[in-house]
Amino acid sequence: MPKTVRENSVGIVTPQCLHFDDPLLLRSGKSINSYDLMIETYGSLNAKKSNAILICHALSGDHHAAGYHSEDDSKPGWWDHCIGPGKPIDTDKFFVVCLNNLGGCAGSTGPSSINPDTGTFYGPDFPIVTVRDWVKSQVALMERLGIEQWAAVVGGSLGGMQVMRWAISYPERLKHAIMIAVAPKLSAQNIAFNEVARQSITADPNFHNGRYLEHGTHPKKGLMLARMVGHITYLSDSAMRGKFGKDEEPVNSDAIAGNFGRDLRTGQLSFGLNVDFQVESYLHYQGERFSEQFDANTYLLMTKALDYFDPTVDYEGSLSAAFANSSCRFLLMSFSSDWRFPPERSREIVDALLEAGKQVSYLEIEADQGHDAFLLPVPRYVDAFSTYLQRVSDEVNS
Amino acid sequence: MMRPDLDIIQHWIKPGSRVLDLGCGDGSLLKFLKTEKNVSEIGLEIAEKNIRLCLEKGVNVIEQDLNKSLQNFKEKSFDTVLLTQTLQAVNYPDVIIDEMLRIGKNCIVTFPNFGNWRSRMYLFFKGRMPVSNFMPYEWYNTPNIHFCTVRDFDELCRDKNIKIITRTVVDHRHQGSWMIRLWPNLLGETAIYHISR
Repeated sequence: MPKTVRENSVGIVTPQCLHFDDPLLLRSGKSINSYDLMIETYGSLNAKKSNAILICHALSGDHHAAGYHSEDDSKPGWWDHCIGPGKPIDTDKFFVVCLNNLGGCAGSTGPSSINPDTGTFYGPDFPIVTVRDWVKSQVALMERLGIEQWAAVVGGSLGGMQVMRWAISYPERLKHAIMIAVAPKLSAQNIAFNEVARQSITADPNFHNGRYLEHGTHPKKGLMLARMVGHITYLSDSAMRGKFGKDEEPVNSDAIAGNFGRDLRTGQLSFGLNVDFQVESYLHYQGERFSEQFDANTYLLMTKALDYFDPTVDYEGSLSAAFANSSCRFLLMSFSSDWRFPPERSREIVDALLEAGKQVSYLEIEADQGHDAFLLPVPRYVDAFSTYLQRVSDEVNS
Repeated sequence: MMRPDLDIIQHWIKPGSRVLDLGCGDGSLLKFLKTEKNVSEIGLEIAEKNIRLCLEKGVNVIEQDLNKSLQNFKEKSFDTVLLTQTLQAVNYPDVIIDEMLRIGKNCIVTFPNFGNWRSRMYLFFKGRMPVSNFMPYEWYNTPNIHFCTVRDFDELCRDKNIKIITRTVVDHRHQGSWMIRLWPNLLGETAIYHISR
C-alpha cells in the first residue's frame, strides 16, 4: 500500500476462497459439480443482516474491487473510486461483497483450474457460463454468507447485466438494483467487436485449441490484440484526443481539437512500420499488461456471456414483461460519450421499467471518458451514486 | 410552506395510484404524495440540482426533457399526470397537454393566470410586461414563454374536447372566495385544472 494512501481507503484486504459442493446446473444443460468462488468483503454486516451490497464485476474485473492486497501494492482494486469509507458505496454503512465470477481467472473455478475429472486444466472444456449461471452461483454465495436480501446489487457494464438478472429472477432477494453504463443486450456491433477479439485469440499459434497451459505457453499476442480492440471501444474519441493531444500543455480544448490526439511518440515520423503515435504505444502497453495477467479462455468465455445475455428470451422478446415480477427499486446511470453502451441503451431499460410500472430513477451523466467513465471519479456520477446510496443506508440501517 | 396549488391537488390523487410529475422540480410534491397518499411516483426533470434533490428525498426521478418527446411513455400507463406551474414554460403547451392525456387516465395542470387583475393593471397603466414577486422575470429572460389566462385555457379545452373534471382558481392567499368563483379570470392568480379525455 503506497505511503500516500488516501484516508478513505478500505486499506489492506484479504481475499477468501469459498468452496461449494452443490452441483450447479448451467444454462447450457451442462453442470459443474463443485466449484470455488474467490471473494472479498469490506465493512461489516449489521445485526439485521440488512446492509449487504453485492458488487458484480464486468468483463475483466474480479473480486478485488477496493483496497490493497499488501503494503507494496501499487494499485488499489478496480472500483476503489466508489468503494470505501465516505465513498458512494460507503463501507462504514454497508457490508460489501465482491466475487470473481465462475469461469474467471482470479481464483474462482475457471478454465485455468484443474478439472477433477481429468486431473488436468479445464481449458476449452470449461463449460460456457452465462449471466444467469453467475447469478445462480451468487445466490449460493449469498446463502453461504447468511444474507437473505441484498440492500442493493450493483454493477457496471456486464456487471449491470447481472444486476438485471437478479431483479428478474430473484425479485425478493434485493431491495435496490443499480445498473451503470449497461445495455439490455448486445447490439450486432458489440458482438462484432467481441468476435474480432475472439478471433485474435484463437488465431494465435500459441492458442493450441485452448490447451495452451498443457503446452506451457499462452496466446499472449492474441490476447493483447483482443484487449486492444476492446480498449478502443471503452474510450471515446474525445477521451483519446484528450489523452494523446499535447499533454504537456495545460488542458486546452483548442489544442486538443487541433491535433486530434495525434501526439507523436518520439517527436517525428519513422516512415516505417514502427510505433509512431502515442495512442499506438498506449494500446500496446494496455494490451501487453492485460495479456500478462488474464487468461485467454476466460476472455473467450466472458465475451460469450456478454453476447448471449438477453433477459427477454423467456418473455417473447418483451423486456417489460421480463421485469413484471421485479419488486426492487432501480437506479440507472449512463454516460454521454459511451458509444459501447450509449445512453439510448439504458433508456431502453428505463422505458421497459416504466412500462412495467416499476420504481426507477435515471441519470444521463455528461462525461468525456466513454464507457470507462463508470470506473472513474466523474463528479456528478459519484455524487448521485452517494446521494442514492445514502438514502438506501437510511432505509436499511434504521 | 406548501404551494397553494399543491394542497388542492392532493385531494384529487387516489391513494396508492401511479403518478407522473412532468417537471417535478426538487420532488417536494411527489415526496408529499408518496408520504401522504402512498403513491408510486415518477418525476421528470432536467435540472441537475433538482435531480439530486429528488434522489436525496428518495423520489424516483428520470432525467428527461419534456420538450423533446414523451413518446417513451405508454398509453394510460399512469393514473395521474401532473404539470404544475410549468405549462407556461414549455415549447408546445398544446402538444404537452395531448401527451399528458394520452399517458394519464386523468391529468392535473396548474398555471399562473395571466388574466389576473394585477397583470391587467400593470400592462394597462405601465404599458410594460408584468413583473411581480409571483412572476419575477423580465420579458427577455423569462422561462415563461407561453403565458395564458383562465379563459384561454378553457378555450383550449373546448377546442380539443378535453373534459374539465374540476377547475379551481385561487389567489395568493389560496382563497377560493365567492368573488373568485364569480370572476375567476380577473381575480384568480393560480389556475388549477383537473382534466381528462
